[in-house]
Amino acid sequence: MRKITSILMCLVLMIGLLTGCHGSQGIPEFTVPEGFDESKPIELTFWAKNDTNKAQTDIYYAAIDSFQKLYPNITVNMRLYTDYGRIYNDVITNISTNTTPNVCITYPDHIATYMTGAGTVVPLDQLFTNSAYGFDGFSLKYDGPSQSEMVPQFLKECMIGSSTYAIPFMRSTEALYINQTYVEKLGYTVPDVVTWDWIWEVSEAATEKNPDGTFKLNGQNVMIPFIYKSTDNMMIQMLKQMGAGYSTADGEIQIFNDETKGILYDVAEHVGSGAFSTFKISSYPANFLNAGQCLFAVDSTAGATWMGSDAPLLDIAPENLVEFTTVVRPIPQIDPENPQMISQGPSICIFNKSDPQVVLASWLFAQYLLTNEVQIAYAETEGYVPVTTKAQKADEYREYLARAGEDNNQHYRVKIDASKLLIDNVSNTFTTPVFNGSTSLRDAAGQLIESVAKSVRRGETIDEAYMTKLYDNTSALYRLDQISQGAGQAAAGSEDLGPLPTPAVTLIAVLAVAWVGIAVFYFADQAKKKKQKA
Amino acid sequence: MKKLFAILLVACMAVSLCACSSNGGSDDAADVKGEGVMTYAEYMAAPLDSEVTVETYVQAKESWWDNKATIYTQDKEGAYFLYDLPISEEDYNKLTPGTKIKVTGYKTEYSSQIEIIDATFEIEEGSYIAPAFDATSILGTDEIKNHMTQLVTIKGLTIEASDANGAPFLYNWDGSGSDGDHVYFTASLNGQSYSFNVRTYLCGPETEVYKAATTLNVGDVVDVECYLYYYTDQPQPRVISITKK
Repeated sequence: MRKITSILMCLVLMIGLLTGCHGSQGIPEFTVPEGFDESKPIELTFWAKNDTNKAQTDIYYAAIDSFQKLYPNITVNMRLYTDYGRIYNDVITNISTNTTPNVCITYPDHIATYMTGAGTVVPLDQLFTNSAYGFDGFSLKYDGPSQSEMVPQFLKECMIGSSTYAIPFMRSTEALYINQTYVEKLGYTVPDVVTWDWIWEVSEAATEKNPDGTFKLNGQNVMIPFIYKSTDNMMIQMLKQMGAGYSTADGEIQIFNDETKGILYDVAEHVGSGAFSTFKISSYPANFLNAGQCLFAVDSTAGATWMGSDAPLLDIAPENLVEFTTVVRPIPQIDPENPQMISQGPSICIFNKSDPQVVLASWLFAQYLLTNEVQIAYAETEGYVPVTTKAQKADEYREYLARAGEDNNQHYRVKIDASKLLIDNVSNTFTTPVFNGSTSLRDAAGQLIESVAKSVRRGETIDEAYMTKLYDNTSALYRLDQISQGAGQAAAGSEDLGPLPTPAVTLIAVLAVAWVGIAVFYFADQAKKKKQKA
Repeated sequence: MKKLFAILLVACMAVSLCACSSNGGSDDAADVKGEGVMTYAEYMAAPLDSEVTVETYVQAKESWWDNKATIYTQDKEGAYFLYDLPISEEDYNKLTPGTKIKVTGYKTEYSSQIEIIDATFEIEEGSYIAPAFDATSILGTDEIKNHMTQLVTIKGLTIEASDANGAPFLYNWDGSGSDGDHVYFTASLNGQSYSFNVRTYLCGPETEVYKAATTLNVGDVVDVECYLYYYTDQPQPRVISITKK
């Protein structure tokens, strides 16, 4: 009988050990060490994203070089990406094998998914306020920003629940790049803030053709008046401007509503007339704009160096380039008095490792990317904006902005106008709620527009039956019906973690059975002893 | 007995010849298309955004990712570019060079490249590897567009500097990449310069062509085999082999 007791006890212990380890991946929660050990060689992996822009990669290399001179015991190995999706995919793959990078450029949406591996991403709040190594810490070997010098809106975007899991690196928004020459040729004047009604009207006017089939406006065979690069942003921003539902902060999906349907009917109408298309269907808006085949191109401010007749970066043959005046405006609005636009751009997260010294080294490097040296240089490569007021207010940066149009490279007017657009509208920017599944919702938002556009081009009928089917298919394809409410809090580690998974339920059941078995054995043994005494 | 033996030998030889012809591209016989399947000419004549069905043969494929893959296919008349074909990893592994597939999707044009998107496919009996078309004499002419997506060979190219610093090749189009990224190089023929690339999704860093591209020197004379991809109305050949002279 004692043997059985021992076996049962061992079983219980083993189950306890197994369930106790589950989810922690064996990495202890990070706590800031008292000091940074500068005698210990540390190798960091940094996964960086650039816009296929050599100036940007050169800045990364220069930053690594300068940082390594300050901290000679740290070596930073960089892996370059040009696509956030690829970084996301590679991180997900590497979480299961504990081979994530140390420092990674990412989107907050993606971090919410990374965090499903418990303890994977380091919450940064305790690092921010550490007197030695935090913002403006006394032990830092460089002149970084203080926490109050981080642009509050941008820092807030990196919060999931009540903790901060990333620091912003650069910020951009979307801009409307306009061929002013063609707009005026059509008899219109470009307003300071363009409305959706106005852009649809002018786009329709630009579709008029000559008897020979060429377009009246440009005399060419091709004219797509309005091209939108990121249709996920288009849907998100239109819904926000309308005050319509997208999702709640805790992950309730609200996108399948009547306002969305209204947007899709508008898209269908203007795709049908040839006034509107998307990047996924027709290719880069900049190429059409620069060839005189497009009046309105919506793209990131971080794509400004590709826009316009004098753009420093060109992707079309020089003989196809058309001369015109480019102006930059906020994306089209529903209420021009209250413009609303998305805030986007790369952020930086740090992955947890078993050695706190390595994590601290990661933080030191990540924070170095916020110094004026890196912030100003990187922001000047595109229509980006530094994420610190320290950089924004620096004389060097103010002078850079003031010199707009002096040349068509560093001071390319369209690029600086795009940066100014965001600087002037920081208070008009917004981000969407971050939760485990928010990446899928964003993809679905864009897919709704892409699907409708494709269907129109393929001659399908866009009606209520079509919309119902589209909503069902999109919800199923992106598994939006499986996103539980509370996903936002769950990602942030709050108390509502949803129903227990089946293996956990099984383990608990086995534990309960084991305890019942022990109890049965105990009482049976006591009864037997009593009997023997009697 | 000798007569019978001779007849048998001849019969065997004939059978062998037939077997070779179906796999080496030496058969001049045109493809016989199944019911409801377009010929290459019908496919090219079909309007953009219309549904098309073709029977074609896998020639090469880009790496599988996110349940999609881009496939280069060809029949005896022309080539079909299958962009982002939805496909499971298991089915992807079945698509070896030569595999015959029936594809139904939508014809579209993206930055001047004609392609089939949103397609479904089924594997059929048959195999064909297209021989490379020698496009040397038509490089730089309008005629080359008739060979869009096809495997072509271009001979006697001279490697030129790819940037102002005299680099013989670049990682990414502007040199912003690093080892493991797409490789771009410039080569000239008859005084005209052309851009070529080794796309990692098609030929990764472990392949001979990638190694060859990253050891090019300015002034090298090479023959290349490439798929004739188009972008903004210009050929942007995707190289799969480089032979130094």
